[in-house]
Amino acid sequence: MQFDSISEFLNMGGYAFYVWLAYGVTFFSLGTLVVSSVRQKRKVLVDIAKKIQREERLKETRSTK
Amino acid sequence: MWKWLHSYADPERAYKLSSNLLPWFATLAIAFIGIGTIWGLGFAPTDYQQGDSYRIIFIHVPAASMSMAAYMAMATCSFIGLVWQIKSADWAAASIAPIGAVITFIALITGSTWGKPMWGAWWVWDARLTSELVLLFLYLGIISLYASFEDKVLAARASGILALVGVINIPIIKYSVDWWSSLHQPSTIRITEKSTMSTDMLYPLLINIVGFGLMIAAITIVRFRSEILARNGMRPWVRELAKAEGVK
Repeated sequence: MQFDSISEFLNMGGYAFYVWLAYGVTFFSLGTLVVSSVRQKRKVLVDIAKKIQREERLKETRSTK
Repeated sequence: MWKWLHSYADPERAYKLSSNLLPWFATLAIAFIGIGTIWGLGFAPTDYQQGDSYRIIFIHVPAASMSMAAYMAMATCSFIGLVWQIKSADWAAASIAPIGAVITFIALITGSTWGKPMWGAWWVWDARLTSELVLLFLYLGIISLYASFEDKVLAARASGILALVGVINIPIIKYSVDWWSSLHQPSTIRITEKSTMSTDMLYPLLINIVGFGLMIAAITIVRFRSEILARNGMRPWVRELAKAEGVK
């Protein structure tokens, strides 16, 4: 370990603001990207399922007429 | 000889292959970035000139180099899609674009937070910085062009041409520090000769570069799968999947 204590590690030799801002923004944006990418699949499948249901309803009304 | 490759252009096989590959890429990406970041932040030696502010390098350089690599990957996919009309390649290109934009954004922001303590300015209109900003706009242009057509075959063609034209920007970014006098330092990692960097700093940096590459691959796979499903909503296998997983 390069740093003697946790507080020294957090202080980053006086550059704490810049270093942690850089790392914070990086991991926040990567996290947002990952979450939105993972959710995308479910949204696509839900949309397709809705479309299928709509088609089936249309088919039913047509056949009962 | 390469015919086996062609069968993976089939959406269903591409989807299954992606699903099989995803856990490997995801696990390796987390491991590499975890090790590289902890090593870089806590264990790499302090720089004798820049102090601890240089530790931004462990995310800045991977993000910047991968923003260009991702662009080349996307442009290659677009080229394959345009020339051989392989739709899976177009979908892959569309999956990479938003990831590339985020990575480029990270490269710019981390560069900015490094520039402020070292150069005294958040931003300068320097060749390297400006060409990297153009890269961000290229990504955003490609994303919006792809999103603005209802017909995705047409959308892929339009955004693919923009992606190919934009390739000209990549050598400009790469060589900007050699061609013009710049505040930005030239690269310290050399492929053909010895790197001008201590190995204690070089190893965590290389690990994070590989990690970022793996992470981009993993997120591309995630987005590529959704893109396959979205573009093949009429196929029976996708409809089965939607009936199984899409009903709330």
